[in-house]
Amino acid sequence: MSYASHLRCRECGRHYPLEPLHVCEFCFGPLEVAYDYEALKSHLTRERIERGPPSVWRYSDLLPADREQAVDIGAGFTPLLPCRNLGEALGLRRLHIKNDCANPTWSFKDRVVTVASTKAREFGFDTLACASTGNLANSVAAHAARGGMRALVFIPANLEQGKVVGAAIYGPTLVAVDGSYDEVNRLCSELADKYPWAFVNINIRPYYSEGSKTLAYEVVEQLGWRAPDHCIVPLASGSLFTKIWKGIKEMAWLGLVDWAHTRMSGAQPEGCSPIVSAWERQSLDIRPVRPNTIAKSLAIGNPADGYYSLKVLEHSGGFGVAVTDDEVVEGMKLLAETEGIFAETAGGVVIAGLRRLASQGRIGPDELVVAFITGAGLKTQEAVLDKLTPPLHIEPHVSSFEEAVARRRQEAVTAGAEAWPGQNQRR
Amino acid sequence: MAKQRVKFTFPTDLIKEPVIWRLGKEFEVVTNIRRADVTEDRGWVVLELEGQLEEIERGVQWVVEQGVRVDPVPGDIVEG
Repeated sequence: MSYASHLRCRECGRHYPLEPLHVCEFCFGPLEVAYDYEALKSHLTRERIERGPPSVWRYSDLLPADREQAVDIGAGFTPLLPCRNLGEALGLRRLHIKNDCANPTWSFKDRVVTVASTKAREFGFDTLACASTGNLANSVAAHAARGGMRALVFIPANLEQGKVVGAAIYGPTLVAVDGSYDEVNRLCSELADKYPWAFVNINIRPYYSEGSKTLAYEVVEQLGWRAPDHCIVPLASGSLFTKIWKGIKEMAWLGLVDWAHTRMSGAQPEGCSPIVSAWERQSLDIRPVRPNTIAKSLAIGNPADGYYSLKVLEHSGGFGVAVTDDEVVEGMKLLAETEGIFAETAGGVVIAGLRRLASQGRIGPDELVVAFITGAGLKTQEAVLDKLTPPLHIEPHVSSFEEAVARRRQEAVTAGAEAWPGQNQRR
Repeated sequence: MAKQRVKFTFPTDLIKEPVIWRLGKEFEVVTNIRRADVTEDRGWVVLELEGQLEEIERGVQWVVEQGVRVDPVPGDIVEG
């Protein structure tokens, strides 16, 4: 059962009933779901959680929707992998990757959308809507299909065909909007006011964002009921970042972990880094930017939870880090080549940010570190397409193969690298 | 009558300009400020606009043309 008790304004603290509301009527501050933690304390145990299903819904006591009615395509309980190879490359002995590429639509958005769609259906909505350039569109369309709801997905008219397919396959109504990014934003806000739809990140946002807490719960459980020393998370709207922090804190409040002094660090691409820029200025004032980066899933120039992310950075003692697009690609390749995980550009941002923080000594070699990889690389192949070693082309003869290998080896020697890992080991 | 909740972000050179007053004066739009933070070099204001939808849209377009950034209150809605 859910122990959600009410909505609370994050600015003025006013309370509201659990309804499809997202801003405070008085100050227009954002609303957040609050829980009856006293009741939870006496009820929730590690054993109770462990008896639950292997999905986000094992934490349903800490979510604002009913597990029995869940619109569930199997989001969550993704692998937490100890990463010796990558750790060696970065000088981190206790590095783990939380691999959310393993979700049903290959990104962490399935966590938030399963909660949002369940709550939307509970409220009686028959239409699930969103505005997205990728991951969110895929997840909303998939969950609407599963939940027997109509899906309306707004996309910029210039979105690449490959990204349209990932949503279109589930049969939503796709609406391609001509206009600037800002105009699409404003249009969707107006439409959400006008029509009785569950717009997942507008009127359902307080419920939707709670789904991200499950990343924290899973990591804590997968580490054997302990909190990490340090988390590094990609920053877009900042919601994921603040909710991972909230999840870790809840685990401590409820006595499910003994210690929760996790430092939270956030990574953004330089071409869209309003949160990190404010952090570097030691300011809590977000200055909106026009995004210009290959990390499209992090391209949010006016982040809804930017201010709250800065508070988490401040309270937890974490760091903000912004990386170049070249570093993003290097990060993607490094993760793939050392751990076999093909992440999208946001994952490259995280690995590049992690490398920077480790090299600066801001993350210590013995800290228990968790890096959050939130989406799969097949969705953003164009970012690395011309950065990879092309295949060896040969005739169907052994001699052709050996000549090609020799050429490649010579090129590698010239470039100061191995032609392929382990080439000298099998003689 | 329609209502819209928006956030105006002012660049430094417009901090001293009475943009919101002019919006209410030059368009049939009622402005109702709910939250704001303005310093000498930057500022934002969260407010509600009330009027005919077309008039609000004309007014917002004029505000944008003045150099003020206009966003929905919840921040960017288009996500990755």
